Amino acid sequence: MDLSKAGFRGYKRENGRVGVRNHVVILPVDDLSNAAAQAVENNIKGAMALPHPYGRLQFGADLDLYFRTLIGAGCNPNVAAVVVICIEDTWAKKIADGIRASGKPVAHFGIEQHGDHDTILRASKAAKEYVQWASELRREERPLKDLWVSTKCGESDTTSGCGANPTVGNAFDRMYPHGVTLMFGETTELTGGEQLVAARCRNDEVRKKFQFVFDRYQEVIDRHKTSDLMDSQPTKGNIEGGLTTIEEKALGNIQKIGRKCLVDGVLDKAEAPTGPGLWFMDSSSAAAEMVTLCAAAGFAVHLFPTGQGNVIGNPILPVIKLSANPRTVRTMSEHIDVDVSGLLRKELSPDQAGDKLLECMFRTANGRLTAAEALGHREFVLTRLYESA
Amino acid sequence: MIHFVVHEEGDGVGVVVVEGVKKGQELTGWIMEDDKDVKIVAQSDIPIGHKLALKDYKSGDTVIKYGVDIGKVVAPIRKGEHTHIHNLKTKRW
Repeated sequence: MDLSKAGFRGYKRENGRVGVRNHVVILPVDDLSNAAAQAVENNIKGAMALPHPYGRLQFGADLDLYFRTLIGAGCNPNVAAVVVICIEDTWAKKIADGIRASGKPVAHFGIEQHGDHDTILRASKAAKEYVQWASELRREERPLKDLWVSTKCGESDTTSGCGANPTVGNAFDRMYPHGVTLMFGETTELTGGEQLVAARCRNDEVRKKFQFVFDRYQEVIDRHKTSDLMDSQPTKGNIEGGLTTIEEKALGNIQKIGRKCLVDGVLDKAEAPTGPGLWFMDSSSAAAEMVTLCAAAGFAVHLFPTGQGNVIGNPILPVIKLSANPRTVRTMSEHIDVDVSGLLRKELSPDQAGDKLLECMFRTANGRLTAAEALGHREFVLTRLYESA
Repeated sequence: MIHFVVHEEGDGVGVVVVEGVKKGQELTGWIMEDDKDVKIVAQSDIPIGHKLALKDYKSGDTVIKYGVDIGKVVAPIRKGEHTHIHNLKTKRW
């Protein structure tokens, strides 16, 4: 597949970013507002609530990350418009103002002094207007470089490292020269291969930043660990799939960034990239947390290789799953978008596997629902840094 | 037929990529990076995705995969034997 003239049909947003979905999101700012948000979702067909368990009494860096994640999710180009609901009106406004900076329509509602009934009524009216407005937005031809593509692997096994992950690497290596914005993360899951990522950093400044966030995360592990993390990292599922040590898992993981593209920058959790290239985001390796951070950073499609069969999806960010494990593609076929098991039988070359993935990525960008979208997987999971106050 | 794959020449373990490998079975391996074949006799039943040793190991040895250190041997392993958490451990954490 020649990518030099490749493009997709997407929704160009007010800030110039291009989305591949057209969601109207009902965003609760705290756990208490989930019920109202879900009632609005139920009232207005085509609106989607993003319930989650947090938002009360967070403080400091944890609160900053929380705001950045919610505002980032609202700003994601796959979202057309947002209705924000919060127990307190001032924080509803804070999140709405953050999202409004992207130029998209936002309305916000506080529950205090109104109660759920009145809030649901007012928010439903706003959501109805947005859904009807968004239904008339049209896709337009956009060049490949307007697509932001993130990756993270999950329920990996040894076939991930020799099949599915190198296929993402092949696709990344081929998209990189065309100015696509790419991202990977999973800080602790580079343990044992961090020197390979450091060697791929574009310059010493990026390398120093990468090493700093890597070392910081190792200190977190050292401070809290009660064992060698067996069954957590690698997970039970990884071990079941044949992965034995974190080093082996990491070396497989790193195959996702291919062999040619350089690491151009390092981002904090949920931080948006500022230009094209390959970005590393300091992040958890837990699938739903990491993919939610990718959505909050503004990514429009996600490539997710799996070995044993992770079933993850995300409400905003389409998650394309690929596997090279022939047993997984047979027993969990409804979850797998791209079967690259032929790689391990010499029936597919790395470029052919990359082509299969890229073809699925373009079809997904053009509107085809992923397996996870069709199955209703909407894992929206916020990363926390420490206890609430 | 390819029963197991090896990332590169010099790696000490291969990954079984078919179901139902039995002890005593002669296996064909594919060294992906160098596109070469190797033969080995399985010394254990090995599930799909799990590793087999490509050489004999003694406790304390380092196992190489992807050309990189993936951990230390904690119980002797014979060539063709199942290599997993019972005989290989992380050097980190």
